[in-house]
Amino acid sequence: MSNGNGDLIWTDDPPFAQNAKRAVDDSQLRHNVRKATATIRERRAGLVAETPDWQALRASGAAIKDDVLHHLDGYLEQFERNATARGAHVHWARDADEATQTVTRLVQATGRNEVIKVKSMATQEIGLVKALEDAGITAHETDLAELIIQLSHDRPSHIVVPALHRNRAEIRQIFRDHMPDAPTELSDDPNALAEAARLHLRRLFLKTRVAVSGANFAIAETGGLLVAESEGNGRMCLTLPDTLISVVGIEKLIPRFGDLEVFLQLLPRSSTGERMNPYNSVWTGVTQNDGPQNVHIVLLDNGRTKALADDTGRQALRCIRCAACLNVCPVYERTGGHAYGATYPGPIGAIVTPLMAGVEHAPELPFASSLCGACYEVCPVKIDIPTVLVKLRADAVKAQRHKAQDATFAAAAQAMSGRRRWTAALKLVPLMRFIRHGAPPPLSGWTRTRDLPDPPKQSFRDWWSNGR
Amino acid sequence: MRVALFSTCLVDALYPDAGKATVALLDRLGQPLEFPLEQTCCGQMHANSGYFEPGLVRRYVDVFEPYDAVVVPSGSCAGAIRHQHAMVARAANDEALATRAEAVAKKTYELSEFLIDVLNTDDVGAYFPHRVTYHPTCHSVRMLGVGDRPLRLLRNVRAIDLVELPGNDECCGFGGTFSIKNPDVSAAMLADKMESVIETGAEVLCAGDRSCLMHIGGGLDRIHAGVRTLHLAEVLASTQEAPL
Repeated sequence: MSNGNGDLIWTDDPPFAQNAKRAVDDSQLRHNVRKATATIRERRAGLVAETPDWQALRASGAAIKDDVLHHLDGYLEQFERNATARGAHVHWARDADEATQTVTRLVQATGRNEVIKVKSMATQEIGLVKALEDAGITAHETDLAELIIQLSHDRPSHIVVPALHRNRAEIRQIFRDHMPDAPTELSDDPNALAEAARLHLRRLFLKTRVAVSGANFAIAETGGLLVAESEGNGRMCLTLPDTLISVVGIEKLIPRFGDLEVFLQLLPRSSTGERMNPYNSVWTGVTQNDGPQNVHIVLLDNGRTKALADDTGRQALRCIRCAACLNVCPVYERTGGHAYGATYPGPIGAIVTPLMAGVEHAPELPFASSLCGACYEVCPVKIDIPTVLVKLRADAVKAQRHKAQDATFAAAAQAMSGRRRWTAALKLVPLMRFIRHGAPPPLSGWTRTRDLPDPPKQSFRDWWSNGR
Repeated sequence: MRVALFSTCLVDALYPDAGKATVALLDRLGQPLEFPLEQTCCGQMHANSGYFEPGLVRRYVDVFEPYDAVVVPSGSCAGAIRHQHAMVARAANDEALATRAEAVAKKTYELSEFLIDVLNTDDVGAYFPHRVTYHPTCHSVRMLGVGDRPLRLLRNVRAIDLVELPGNDECCGFGGTFSIKNPDVSAAMLADKMESVIETGAEVLCAGDRSCLMHIGGGLDRIHAGVRTLHLAEVLASTQEAPL
């Protein structure tokens, strides 16, 4: 992609409203997304309810991340020093192009043409699998859901549960059609599906010498990285190969190892609705004769410093990618993730995508929300998503002038600018009765499913002024 | 105590009954309201659509600064006043206005807040012999934090048959201009909300925001569901002597 942001925005996609219409018309998709989000939502709510210091944990998480963001330069250099001292090679990538080129070069240097991948949003964001493929390197996704997505040439629709838009019948079909070593009598029993994937992946784990991962946390004081996951497939990738290359967004830093006390309580409860992630893998540089001996870390900007420069939007970089905001979002529940046309969907995607790529490249995303605030309520690091959305809406309006809309709002502001003008404008209200059941654009979207109100005989102020 | 009513532009233009009910209710409780005619709109519709209008913030501040308190029959508009006015002023680099806006926002109360926190009553002596379900609007709960104040008021209404709305913490899909910019998603959210409302068997859907009620009511009217929408003030204003 020309602007160097990789797959941050799916540029071949139509705008949100069009995508969303297709999604709300798809009843199977609606059912799949609703069922999955409701399940995770309930699990999360139960675990949060049993954690008496939840609000204090959220406040700590936000404060630690804010400290990182205010002293990012220092923490990054500290991380680089410590990781290097422990035998890791640290690389810096300004954008997706630089990151994919670095990873490609590192893989090529091993002389191998296959890599196994740990599920990672950063590598999705930079379009790494495609970039490697273009260089003749096959990257195998090993996260079960990412495998489903990769096999079906689909795209992730959720940050934590990327195949959430698929049900088990669809997954069986995907395995049958696209997984050559799938058993011929494969049923749609979840255990059978998992077993088929396990056998398929086990062969890859045993023969592939290079792995690529992301990281949930980068610890400045030790130079270590952490990956949290559920399946253990990540652990396989992180321990079996000779070479491990990790692509890590610069906002993933935490100052101290001890800060994990906060985040390893916040993350599993918020993401998968568990008290603890089944697998937390931490590695710090190279450990002799144990695990990968050739360890690389690619620190990725790709628009993060742009987001950092936005006073209101900066808080979005606290995000730990738990996707709790997706699971509670009434818009996401109806549209699924693909409608957002970006690697990061849902409420957090609607802010980080324009913040990182520039709002002019995703001007409709900040409007893909009813501003109900459910996202802010559940966010484990207290990102005030509605406020950031409103700020980005103002930026979007400035970046992309829309003459008719600008004129409408200017006229409304004018009408509201004084008592006489407002009283005069109210005289037009009775005309509404002619369009109650079918209004012209831009109100036509309203009257397609809703009546407009029956206009009153008298405004409130007329009633008041006429002696009540 | 001099208390002003900020009717909101929507109530002024389209739902005068909610304004009249607010006046009648507070009269009955011995707290007369003033209605400064220079008021227009809080500017939320503009701000949430990407058009920050410091002029509307200034108007609100100029008009309401002299009063001891301002009552707003809308959680959403009260929320915008408290959470957006200073921000809009600061975005225009007007720190003086932002400071004044913060002071006026502090004495601006949503109706249920005013009744419970200022007038110290959760029983307003209302009488409303109907089956009612209450939708806690998103901004009143999440932006303003009214908590269970409206429900405490409703529970004390004589003869009311108050039934819980299933899934009541979910947005109805209005979202201001969201309902026009993303009509399909908005309609999908509305469909679920209407289903919940109808499931309760209520005759009346009550909320503290006429805006959300305009949306849900517009959908209920379209399918001839036979459910009325009433503002919280209208239910609370109803008495045995002067029933609604």
